Amino acid sequence: MNSTLAILAILDGISYAALVFLVSVGLSLIFGVLRVVNVAHGSLYAFGAYLGATFSLAIAPISPWLTYPALLAASIVIGVVCGGFIERFLLRPLSGQEDVLQLLITFAAFMIMDNLQRLIWGVQPIFAAEPLRLLPNVAVFGVSYTSYQVILLPGVALATLFGLRYFLRRTLSGAVILAVTEDREASAAIGIDAKRVYFVTFVIGASLAALGGALASPTTSLVPGMGADMIVLSFAVAATAGLGQIEGTALTALMIGLTRAFVIYLQPEFEVLVPYLLMVLVLLVRPFGLFGAMQVRKI
Amino acid sequence: MSGRIKPVTTIAVIFFLVSAVGPLLVSSWATLFALILAKGIVVLGIILLLQAGQVSFGHAMFFATGAYTAAFWGKYVGGGDIVLFIALGGITSAVFGLIVGLFVVRYREIFFGMLNLAFSMVLWSLLEKMFHYTNGADGIRVPRPALLGLSFTPETFQYVILYVSLLIAVVAFYGVQRYLDSPLGHMLRAIKSNETRLEYLGTSARRVLLIGYVISAFLGGIGGTLVAIIQQIATPEFGFWTKSGEFVFIAILGGSAHAFGGFAGAAMFECVRFYAAAHLADTWQLILGVVLIVIILYAPNGLIGLRQRYGQAKQGGH
Amino acid sequence: MANVLLSAKGIKIRFGGVVAADGIDLDVLQGENLAIIGPNGAGKTTFLNISTGYLRPQAGSITFLGQEITAQLPRTITKLGIARAFQIPQLFLDQTVMENMLIAAASRLGNPSGFTALSALPERPEMERLLDLVGVKLYASRKARELPEGQRKLVDIALALALQPRLLLMDEPTSGVASAEKLEIMDILTSALAKEKVTSVFVEHDMDMVERYAHRVAVWNVGKIQKVGTPAEVLADPKVREQVIGI
Repeated sequence: MNSTLAILAILDGISYAALVFLVSVGLSLIFGVLRVVNVAHGSLYAFGAYLGATFSLAIAPISPWLTYPALLAASIVIGVVCGGFIERFLLRPLSGQEDVLQLLITFAAFMIMDNLQRLIWGVQPIFAAEPLRLLPNVAVFGVSYTSYQVILLPGVALATLFGLRYFLRRTLSGAVILAVTEDREASAAIGIDAKRVYFVTFVIGASLAALGGALASPTTSLVPGMGADMIVLSFAVAATAGLGQIEGTALTALMIGLTRAFVIYLQPEFEVLVPYLLMVLVLLVRPFGLFGAMQVRKI
Repeated sequence: MSGRIKPVTTIAVIFFLVSAVGPLLVSSWATLFALILAKGIVVLGIILLLQAGQVSFGHAMFFATGAYTAAFWGKYVGGGDIVLFIALGGITSAVFGLIVGLFVVRYREIFFGMLNLAFSMVLWSLLEKMFHYTNGADGIRVPRPALLGLSFTPETFQYVILYVSLLIAVVAFYGVQRYLDSPLGHMLRAIKSNETRLEYLGTSARRVLLIGYVISAFLGGIGGTLVAIIQQIATPEFGFWTKSGEFVFIAILGGSAHAFGGFAGAAMFECVRFYAAAHLADTWQLILGVVLIVIILYAPNGLIGLRQRYGQAKQGGH
Repeated sequence: MANVLLSAKGIKIRFGGVVAADGIDLDVLQGENLAIIGPNGAGKTTFLNISTGYLRPQAGSITFLGQEITAQLPRTITKLGIARAFQIPQLFLDQTVMENMLIAAASRLGNPSGFTALSALPERPEMERLLDLVGVKLYASRKARELPEGQRKLVDIALALALQPRLLLMDEPTSGVASAEKLEIMDILTSALAKEKVTSVFVEHDMDMVERYAHRVAVWNVGKIQKVGTPAEVLADPKVREQVIGI
């Protein structure tokens, strides 16, 4: 493997990791606070991608630069509408019941959304690459790469990482969320409305998934099944990092992204194997994840 | 127990009779019921683990193992016999279940679920990408095997495989019920209610769970072999997480309190898929998703639970 | 000369800043009923946890019938002949009382079957006798969840007895039982233990019970054994009276 390929692999890995991080961190946040594995997370990603593509294709003829806010708008619409619906009408009625029922109801939501996606957008691949094409290429150590993938995506991922950290640790709302996560009854005793906290957290997590999808849409063709693939991958990343660990998820996403990128160039048959093999090995040794705490739930 | 027959047993008997007789009247039902029975067998395994309070989100790996055992035999050895396929599928799945089980029974709850998922996705990724051996995403065709030396026309074969599935389903159903009534079955349930106490009685909870796990893997594999023969194909999707989810879905849909729940759930699942595919084109997932939501919100004990509640109301309740 | 059944030497354990055991030396003699008394938090339950393998001490060792059991698993120690009844009853709540007992019996026998019915176990009459002994025979076919606390306590003890142990460790055996019945139950229990040659150690807060049923008493205080002696000796000791009994 020569140095050009190595650099290419690194850049592939970084841009891939950025997208995976956005989706995984939302999943991790939702689990950390609500203790729910949101199986519909992959569908939120897919819907974000499809709606982002729809908006982007619609607005590109008017002004190509508007495709960026269009992608953001799509994520927020999906996050608030779909995410809000799922939390309010599917998860909230089950609060206090067995975890597996909450997981299964999100699985039902996934089935419904997966079907809706095919009904609304069809099964033919969709291409909406304008946001990617608009930005120039850059040279990184002599290798040409799209700045969308190597600057914008990691940029958004880092902004999300630091934004979440700041939000959770420095703002009052963040403190409220951490309080509810730590001890729901005690927070109720001091007047915190856990229901609102769960709703807001879920919508944030859902919006992040949708944002991941919207930002991914210019880089790939959208096909049915992208949601199913992404949910299990993002879960693997989040679980390997330790559910609820934000910084850990970023590092794990990066690690998996880079490993996968190198494996694609060296031994492509094992590309899909990497995240799951890693998950098995990590969970066998550290069931709470690489960065998971044994005792206290941390986000 | 007294001579009183439980209502669930009656329904089970009716169901098995309908499976035997119905397809003779409606030929399109032969494959439908064969699939229901085969999937019901897999879900028996899920229900077994649910008794211990554990949910496996990776059972597709045993389903796929059973299916690909038949497929590999057909591809690399040629020919094949239903009895041989089922025996091999069951054995390889049980062995695989023992190996994976030795690792996973050390964990509980979400960790058990996650680890099972991880193992199954490792298998899936190998099936999907080791193109040279597995033919990748297209899967491997499984030509119709003989039964004890006899070959059949396609029209007859669908009945042959139906009755083989029915026989195995009845035996498995009976076997699982006896297991759940036995000391090992009760100990399995004890893991859910008070694992510490079980250990304090001198019994290894891990060993009890492992035995249950291997049995459930065995059932999963046999179901997979049957489905591969029925659909004449084995694809990597048999091992994908959505397939594992489908089995858990069916268990909750039918009701996990009784062994028959697997068949009840599979019947509803496959009937909706069959008829929606025919009449409502590509909305069966939507319908099933809504059905599951309704069940979870209003009848979390599944279809069986509905029946038991209704039965109790008739008897005057408690 | 009575044999030593269980012997603890130099047991030490601390949880963070709390010293739960600070050099415990104790011998349990064959055939006796040994009472353990002491204020809350003195480390009595911790001692039971260590003796049954639930906790590993940071120093010291425990032997049972001459065999080292210090870091063994609870199920191994159970198989050697030590059974435990808990302060808060530990039952299989979703199963009937009789099923609870039969699970214990099946566990004692080892090699549980996966085919013959639990209810068909030949140990069933023996389990009925045990339930009758502690006075809960009427509840045999009720789910354990339906029983009131006092009855659950008795089933918990019966469960331990079903294992036919050499040594029975009980954590406040009569707490939760109506005071009118305490005497009767302890009478039956201690005579059954004597008949079956079962040694017992019981944590107790009721000094009446201690006086009547204990052969010896060990007084726990802040992780140490303050005194060991007959009930008369111990209950007359002024320091014990002040610090433990609160007189």
